[in-house]
Amino acid sequence: MKDQIANFISTELLKDQTRKIAFNEALISSGLVDSFSLVDLALFIEETFGACIDDTELTAEVFDTIEELAALISARRLS
Amino acid sequence: MTTVPDVLYQTLQDEPDRIALILHAPDGDQAITFADLSRGSHGYANSLESAGVQRKEPVVLLLQHGRPLIEAFFGAIFYGAIPAIMPFLTQKLSPERYRQSLVALIEITKPAAIITYPEFTDEVARARKKDDSVRSVILWTEVEPAAEASWETLGGMDIEPEDIVLLQHSSGTTGLQKGVALSHDAILCQLRAYAKAINMTADDVVVSWLPLYHDMGLIAGFIMPILMRSKLVLMSPFDWIRAPYRLLSAISKYGGTLSWLPNFAYNFMTSKVLDRDLENVDLSNWRAVINCSEPMRWRSHDDFFNRFSKYGLKRQALATCYAMAENVFAVTQGGVGSAVAVDEIDRRSLVENQIAIPAKMGDDAVRMLSAGRPIDGTSVRVLDADGIDLPDRYVGEIALHGDCLLSGYYNRDDLTKKAFIDSWYITGDLGYLVDGELFVTGRKKELIIVGGKNVFPQDLEELAMEVAGVHPGRVVAFGLFNEEIGTEEIGVIAEVDVTEDEARLKIGREIRDQISRGSDVTARFVLTVDRGWLIKTSSGKIARGANRDKYLQEFA
Repeated sequence: MKDQIANFISTELLKDQTRKIAFNEALISSGLVDSFSLVDLALFIEETFGACIDDTELTAEVFDTIEELAALISARRLS
Repeated sequence: MTTVPDVLYQTLQDEPDRIALILHAPDGDQAITFADLSRGSHGYANSLESAGVQRKEPVVLLLQHGRPLIEAFFGAIFYGAIPAIMPFLTQKLSPERYRQSLVALIEITKPAAIITYPEFTDEVARARKKDDSVRSVILWTEVEPAAEASWETLGGMDIEPEDIVLLQHSSGTTGLQKGVALSHDAILCQLRAYAKAINMTADDVVVSWLPLYHDMGLIAGFIMPILMRSKLVLMSPFDWIRAPYRLLSAISKYGGTLSWLPNFAYNFMTSKVLDRDLENVDLSNWRAVINCSEPMRWRSHDDFFNRFSKYGLKRQALATCYAMAENVFAVTQGGVGSAVAVDEIDRRSLVENQIAIPAKMGDDAVRMLSAGRPIDGTSVRVLDADGIDLPDRYVGEIALHGDCLLSGYYNRDDLTKKAFIDSWYITGDLGYLVDGELFVTGRKKELIIVGGKNVFPQDLEELAMEVAGVHPGRVVAFGLFNEEIGTEEIGVIAEVDVTEDEARLKIGREIRDQISRGSDVTARFVLTVDRGWLIKTSSGKIARGANRDKYLQEFA
């Protein structure tokens, strides 16, 4: 799952396949994923993993790394 | 009524319980009446008085989108002080960089007070210098709404129409040093002329997600509806960017009639809003959706209409406007009362000869959207390099003149002097006229506009120069229009000495990170090139336009 998310971010959002993203790298607070891309990220997660992330949750306080995002997705899928 | 407080005082006498605005948020809406607004704002006026702030002194507001910002803004005006809203620190922006901007703002603007959050006082303290102009830092948590609003003794009530009412800045180090100072008179002239141009009345409902530190958000999406008594539904730009459908559901819920959007927002909503979020949404009351603050594209309008017409959006609602803070807001308005004129011109003639010749069958054509005609009291000319008027269809620099113009750049007489020729403000924008309608084709100045936001390339270049391996004066930043997203993207080219791919990649990423953390924008691409690649002017400066063209030829 983490690899899939990392791959989506580098390929689709950053349009730079060579960019490797560490699972503990800051995404939102660093500006790596800019605010215009958050909608796409949420939709990708819903379509790929079947987990809904509300738009109010698209902030660094809720998740800022791929690790935290993956944990959120796993928790959502169980509930 | 000759000043902003006069207008609001009259409203308060007539209709104290009328709703001035609704703060629309995911966790619920909050209606604020004129009486509420008056009480809340008076609290800030009282705090400014207690802090020893004098009338006509600037006050910087470091507050996020929300009720305290609104009340502090009007509080300062009621008191007769001059508010300036500084964009608040965002998550991605580095605190050091933000501090530098704040230092720049304090140095030039010389505010007597700063209004902010308790959590932010340390940050403000770090930005301050010994013996600076700031005499008081006011915390919004300590401001009490006034029990009784005492208008008669308010400093703002005997202010003169020609006095300055507010300062408006662009962001970034360069923008913050150039505060557009507007008088009460200029604001009210704009209000009268612009309301007439768009047939705006107290029955209109304005829905806006625009930030208040930007002229479009501050004037069209905030001050104008409040002074006009039109209902204002205001949402945070942060909420909108995460859920763009919220603008449309708010239009539907409140019967919104007017909105202003930068061009990219049309593309953004067209591609990101999902049908499932628009159940029962009705856009049929939306009578003018006004495209403004960056190049306007026919394609963006057409796609937006095709996407949302099934929800009641009317084609004639799509309108255009050419605006700038220096004219308070609108210069011209198109598409209200009649459809936006579309001029199909020959691309080659435009690029090679700067003449907009109507395209013939088979020509490579560009569809230009008209920005409309000047609002009452404002005149527009298109000038050649010698300042001589050009005939219709010849592209030249846009100059304007009228009764809404700025009083000057605050504490920057040098810049004010440079901005005018005789009494004409020279915009730095390029365009042509056809029978009195203005078409804006580009910019002479090297400003980049991303999503309606002005970005100065020199600020980005300076950020890039801080990266190890990049040399001062050997970087260029420019904007490239991306049709798909409907706005400009930022490209950066830096000369480096290292030749290994890995080392160059690293420098490229560091430049990208540096720009993300140090400005409001992100760079779409960063290119590292060999020494000597960049074209310089005869005076040794990096020529932005020439390097942009070279990039397009070699890489695009």
